[in-house]
Amino acid sequence: MNWTLILIQVVKVIAVFAVLLTCCAWMTWLERKLVARIQTRLGPMNTGYQGLLQPIADMFKLIFKEDITPGHVDKWIYNLAPLAAFIPATLSIAVVPFGDSITLFGERIDLVISNLNVGILYVLAVTSLGVYALIMAGWSSNSKYSLLGGLRSAAQMISYEIGMGLAIVVVVLMSGTLNLVEIVDKQSSVLDWFVFKNPVAFVIYFICAIAETNRNPFDLPEAESELVAGYNTEYSSMKFGMFFVGEYANMITVGAIATTLFFGGWHGPILPPIVWFAIKVAVFEVFFIWMRGTLPRLRYDQLMAFGWKILLPLAVLNVLVTAFFKL
Amino acid sequence: MELAVFILAALASVGCCLMVITQKNPVRAVLFLVMAFVAQAVLFVQLSALFVAVLQIVVYAGAIMVLFLFVIMLLNLRRDEFGKDSHSFQRWAAMILAGALAVELILVVVNRTGEATGVSTCPADFGSVESVGELLFTKYLLPFEATSMLLMAALLGAVVLAKRKLDD
Repeated sequence: MNWTLILIQVVKVIAVFAVLLTCCAWMTWLERKLVARIQTRLGPMNTGYQGLLQPIADMFKLIFKEDITPGHVDKWIYNLAPLAAFIPATLSIAVVPFGDSITLFGERIDLVISNLNVGILYVLAVTSLGVYALIMAGWSSNSKYSLLGGLRSAAQMISYEIGMGLAIVVVVLMSGTLNLVEIVDKQSSVLDWFVFKNPVAFVIYFICAIAETNRNPFDLPEAESELVAGYNTEYSSMKFGMFFVGEYANMITVGAIATTLFFGGWHGPILPPIVWFAIKVAVFEVFFIWMRGTLPRLRYDQLMAFGWKILLPLAVLNVLVTAFFKL
Repeated sequence: MELAVFILAALASVGCCLMVITQKNPVRAVLFLVMAFVAQAVLFVQLSALFVAVLQIVVYAGAIMVLFLFVIMLLNLRRDEFGKDSHSFQRWAAMILAGALAVELILVVVNRTGEATGVSTCPADFGSVESVGELLFTKYLLPFEATSMLLMAALLGAVVLAKRKLDD
């Protein structure tokens, strides 16, 4: 085995996950700030300039809070659920290319952790595991709010995963590959971006992605006014925090994958590829937060009806039309 | 290194499967089955059959098991409801069939011809998207289509059953 290659791989993994987790922490700051501006408030101001150190303060608060395990829970599953929320959320970033390959110390380094031939299927596989966290938390908490939140999220995720898969099938049809690096290579100029070639697929993907991340307007599983806080009602301390880190990691990976599939990945003029990639992902994150600050929550039956009666037929039709033009 | 991963994944797979059949709690049993599927996906990765590994997770762990959990949670079975109506006939039939399967497995292992093949002897495109797709549409076309008809029938059945409930 070549030790330099292993070292490079380890460094890449650590660097990507460090950046991802740091971004998760400051996403909370960004979200609080932006939502505050939308509601004509200031948001966090006291910890550091413009409240920039707020995520660190929050982290310490969560870690040092008393960790309460209610007596009526199924302990094993209850304790594993936060991990099950956090790990799949971070895993799908591993196949996202965030830059062109560079040469360092005579070694050619691809700026992607793993250049998988079935990259996009891997993403689908990992995101489909995320639902277990919510079901596990909902069931093991042994409380009606948690259980209802968990059931809702399971139904919601199963329903919207299909639309998401069909939107991705369109991208695969257009690019002729399942490899994310090759999909990015197919979109080297702006006119080749799949969002312009097939905007419908992007809209379907984006709606499904919001539903998958349980963000507003699809945040039924944690609808405060009816379910207290949904699946995480019985959690406290850092276990509670893990669900939120998982949610933010999910938002970032979903943004990164949308960038890769529809917006040409790291391609862009003048600026270095990594900067372009970061800008595109950041635009997605701001859009997520903007939607949260603007849109009201859907009713549960509306959400299911929309997913099965509008989104799914539209996605199937889109696949049919795209396949027809590829013939 | 590869051997270590194989041993870990194989042990996890067998251990989780054992937990599935010994757990009294159905939700825990399903979660162990999910872990067994993930461990088996690791074994597929070791055969460099990435596509099969990913399918294993997408289809079994990601879709079917979620539905299992969903149903179990909706039914919300209690511990005392188990063992009430365990059909003794089914139990005996299952034991005989499992015994037959075990004998068959042992015979296959004992009577194997040639040396055990490792990763290096797999064909280059083993378990790739292209090879799986090609086999599905050539050699296994008939079973493939038959399965799709079967799934279609099940789907229609589900719709009919759900519809009847609404009309009442």
